[in-house]
Amino acid sequence: MNASAWLLVLLQALLFLLGAPLLVAWVKRVKARLQNRRGPALSQPYRDLYKLFGKETLVAHTASGVFRAAPYIVFASTLLACTIVPLLAARLPAAAVADVIVLVGFLALGRFFLALAGMDVGTAFGGMGSSREMLVSALAEPAMLLAVFTLAMTAHSTNLASVVDHQLASGLILRPSYLFALMGLVLVAVAETGRIPVDNPATHLELTMIHEAMILEYSGRHLALMEWAAQLKLMLYGVLIVNVFLPWGIATRITPAALGLGLAAVAGKLLLLGVLLAVAETGLAKMRLFRAPQFLNFALLLALLGLLSHVILETGA
Amino acid sequence: MNLMQLTLLEQAVFVLAALVLFLSFAMLAQARLLAGIHVFAWQGAVLAAATGLVAAGGAPHLFISAALTLALKALLIPWMLHRLVRRLELERHVEPLQHPALVLMAGAGLVIFSYWVVVPIERLELVTTRNILSLSLAVVLIGLLIMVTRRQAVTQVIGFMSMENGLFLAAVAATHGMPLVVELGVAFDVLVAAVLFGVFFLHINESIESLDVDRLNRLSAREDDT
Repeated sequence: MNASAWLLVLLQALLFLLGAPLLVAWVKRVKARLQNRRGPALSQPYRDLYKLFGKETLVAHTASGVFRAAPYIVFASTLLACTIVPLLAARLPAAAVADVIVLVGFLALGRFFLALAGMDVGTAFGGMGSSREMLVSALAEPAMLLAVFTLAMTAHSTNLASVVDHQLASGLILRPSYLFALMGLVLVAVAETGRIPVDNPATHLELTMIHEAMILEYSGRHLALMEWAAQLKLMLYGVLIVNVFLPWGIATRITPAALGLGLAAVAGKLLLLGVLLAVAETGLAKMRLFRAPQFLNFALLLALLGLLSHVILETGA
Repeated sequence: MNLMQLTLLEQAVFVLAALVLFLSFAMLAQARLLAGIHVFAWQGAVLAAATGLVAAGGAPHLFISAALTLALKALLIPWMLHRLVRRLELERHVEPLQHPALVLMAGAGLVIFSYWVVVPIERLELVTTRNILSLSLAVVLIGLLIMVTRRQAVTQVIGFMSMENGLFLAAVAATHGMPLVVELGVAFDVLVAAVLFGVFFLHINESIESLDVDRLNRLSAREDDT
């Protein structure tokens, strides 16, 4: 039982690795269709990654060891964070050893090294991108933690697997707190994964870019790892949103049939989420950087309202 | 009160009540005048939906209140405010908040305060939806906060009207509504108030050429220069 469960954890990590580029390609394709373009093929991100891994890796002569190590640390920490999120099955050993606070910690570790790498070479854009990333994340992290605590208070556990279990066991209950936590978490996810309206993933415009500015100096396999980590992060947030708030279909027992159903369910939910993301990105304009704090403040408020409505409406005297 | 013991209908009422509170916050943060009016209209619609659900749960006389709320607060009053704003040529008016983060946190503080105030009342054996009382008190207080923080006369009226929304929510949630005569009276009161406010706007606008009520504190227009 134990060995097969750990095998399943590895399988999940593999699915994350392979699925993340596909999710990004899907969002790009739907977005292109909405804008009356044909858009790149769904295999394009894989080809890009393959191409980047084959290219020569150039490093600026002012770069220190941090610059060289950062891609590996960012990639590894994001992948480790992914293993905590239940993708196919809820009760897995990886979810038992680490709870959601560890997940936030892994993401923070990756972000820290990403920002360090941005500043390491000493170009103006890198430093600018790092300072912007820190601005966004410093405001996004409390909102995310508050949203997560709302879930934790309902399930009486910060463990994602027990949150999912609790949600499955209690059936369909309309919880105002979940609604607010969901809205808050969606806003945080948009800010953290660098999507419109906080950052535009498809631009290299000097004045507006955040994530692209930090990885501007990277090339070859370093760049591939950075890109892959960003794609993983998008999928991580997507899976977190669909599987924690709408866990129906996830496997509770480890049998091939249940796992197949879990895979189909999560794939369907992610495809739907991708369509919603593409529609939102087509309809919204990128906002000025100075309005990002307001945006995240709103996310914090939503998460706080979730917490308050849990206390006021759902526990009571 | 455990949410799991309630029926799905009552849970939906809870969700809608929470949405009413959320829309109050949206009104508090909204800088654009027209968008603020739209949020107010949505709050009226959500309130009407909540009333309709309570009515469906065993208080059929509330259907009339729900219909009245929908007609007055979601359609007629927003439409009147909309027309006024267009007539005064304020469509593009933006009134930035002084300290948006601070004001929103003050709103959150008001929610906590109203919870603290209402806790003893909730111990009474009223109907199951009594937990909503503290939310409706918070909506009332946030309406007051809107009136305090804004200088624009139209936004102040929106704050005032949303206070009335909070009172209505409290009545629906705690005691399945007020007697119909009272409700009709309140509804028409609000309507008359909206008409009167419209007349006032026109007069204020005529005499000081602005709807910024801070300027009413000055004795003459020339005081601006000093």
